[in-house]
Amino acid sequence: MKLLKGLFEDAPLATRREITPKLGLALTVLLAIVWLIPFLWMVVATLRPASDGINTMAELIPSAKPTLDNIRDAWEIGDFPRYFLNTTFICTGILLVQFVTITLAGFAFARLAFSGKTLIFYLFLMQLMLVPVLLIVPNLRLVAQLGLYDTLTGVMMPFFASAFGTFLMRQAFEAIPTELEDAALIDGAGLLQRIRHIYVPLSLPSFSAFAIISVTSHWNDFLWPLMVINSPDKRPLTVGLSVFTATAEGTQAWGTIAAGTLMVIAPLLITFLIFQKRFISSFVTSGIK
Amino acid sequence: MSLAEPAALPVATSAPPRLHALRRFAAGLKASLPAYLLLLPSLVFLALFTYGAMGRVFVDALYQRTTPKAPVRFVGFDNISAVLADASFTGAVVNNLLYAVGTAIPSIALALLFALALSRTNAVTSALRAALFLPVLIPMVAASALFLFIFLPNVGLLDYYIGHLLPVLPNWLGDPDIALYAIMIITIWKNAGYYMLFFLAGLQAVPEEVMEAAHLDGAGPFMRLRHIILPELRPTFLFVTVIATLNAVTQVDHVFVMTKGGPSNATNLVLFYIYQQAVEHYDIGKASAATLLTLAALMALTALSFRTLANREGGP
Repeated sequence: MKLLKGLFEDAPLATRREITPKLGLALTVLLAIVWLIPFLWMVVATLRPASDGINTMAELIPSAKPTLDNIRDAWEIGDFPRYFLNTTFICTGILLVQFVTITLAGFAFARLAFSGKTLIFYLFLMQLMLVPVLLIVPNLRLVAQLGLYDTLTGVMMPFFASAFGTFLMRQAFEAIPTELEDAALIDGAGLLQRIRHIYVPLSLPSFSAFAIISVTSHWNDFLWPLMVINSPDKRPLTVGLSVFTATAEGTQAWGTIAAGTLMVIAPLLITFLIFQKRFISSFVTSGIK
Repeated sequence: MSLAEPAALPVATSAPPRLHALRRFAAGLKASLPAYLLLLPSLVFLALFTYGAMGRVFVDALYQRTTPKAPVRFVGFDNISAVLADASFTGAVVNNLLYAVGTAIPSIALALLFALALSRTNAVTSALRAALFLPVLIPMVAASALFLFIFLPNVGLLDYYIGHLLPVLPNWLGDPDIALYAIMIITIWKNAGYYMLFFLAGLQAVPEEVMEAAHLDGAGPFMRLRHIILPELRPTFLFVTVIATLNAVTQVDHVFVMTKGGPSNATNLVLFYIYQQAVEHYDIGKASAATLLTLAALMALTALSFRTLANREGGP
């Protein structure tokens, strides 16, 4: 599995020489512009006054008299601060529990010998292949039986363990020289102390890569929270946006839809633009998620 | 004293070997205890939501559960045959296969083009990579909201700018012959930048000396692409194909927001069918049967491709 191993390394993602002729680059530049058009339209439409009428709605050139009315309307129709809070709560909750579970399990796989190691390793590996999204029906029944239907805990719970995160931490912990641990062992540090004071601080880049992947994917989750959540005040951003879009679509309020979409995607996009390099190398790492 | 020791030795060796093994096993378990305790939190959640869910989906598929209060009835494989006989399920499978091929091939081809063109790092290529990667980060629901307007008949972006070049203005999401292709466009837009990253990573494995030598031998860019780069990227292709296939089955948020599986089931995909059976018709038996069939197909596919991948890398 040379490929998978390669993906786990922090790759700068560049070869030294140019590979395609100029024609390929020209085509790519053109396509990159096309790729940005939906975003461009979103911004332009958000700032376009409704008085411009539906016929100019598709114009990519900004209106001469930009307005913030659409943002105000979207803010009033949808409960965006609430959705934002719910999503933040879900992502943070999942991530905090995951940090504990993946650290402990990753350490066990990296540094301890135990009976049945291979078998348990394969059990973890299975989760990567099982595509959790498909297990929504049994998991919804379980969440209901646990009395967690229509709760944010119910939304979070299936993701508390992460095989991908465990493998990532195992990889990081294996790279730490055992001499460091031996020194702590002589000083009488217990297992959890060694994990906390040696392994965790030296693996912060892996934790941050995992955090990026975990938060991005759960920030964007739609189907599972849609099934678990019933109360409007517990909706995450994605579910809130879908309800908002369905309402505004009926009234042809495209400027408002654009404004709502902009509010939903802005936080993650801004974070990406600041930490671009980090994001990209984390996504390469996530290949086997 | 000195006599007791040699006497003790035969006693130990004469103990039944099975007991010996058992003792060793017990000692092994005891030594393994710390590891088990560390793995326990993860295993509890995996057991509940992954392995347990697998088991429950299998059991649920054997029972009829139609309303929350109705008595549960064992029906054996009736749910499975009912799903297989359901035209909207088989239709969803066909749609999903078409959708998988129609999204995987263009997005992988584009990803390769992007990676080749942007292989060198400088300010321009970094900006272009970011532009192509942006759609990966936004929720499918948000992408769908934007594309609802792009596909809007007459006034939408697509019709406004290029619709006039076509003989008739198509109803992108309303025409059963076109709607599935329209939602494919969103998926390609969203995923190509993601797959690009894997090709960029794969390109780094191409040995510099080989490229240099080919260059000196007078091999043009297309010769080098065909005979050096593409063969080197073979594992990446396989890997990205697996991910693209899984994505084709698991990304259905756009169907929810844009078409609800319509018009006349033209954009119904397997996961949306499962959702409909479970949430709209409250038929857990049928939803579970459909889940089971899909899981079996996907697992077989993934196992097969990973074995091929492992063989290729292990072999000559």
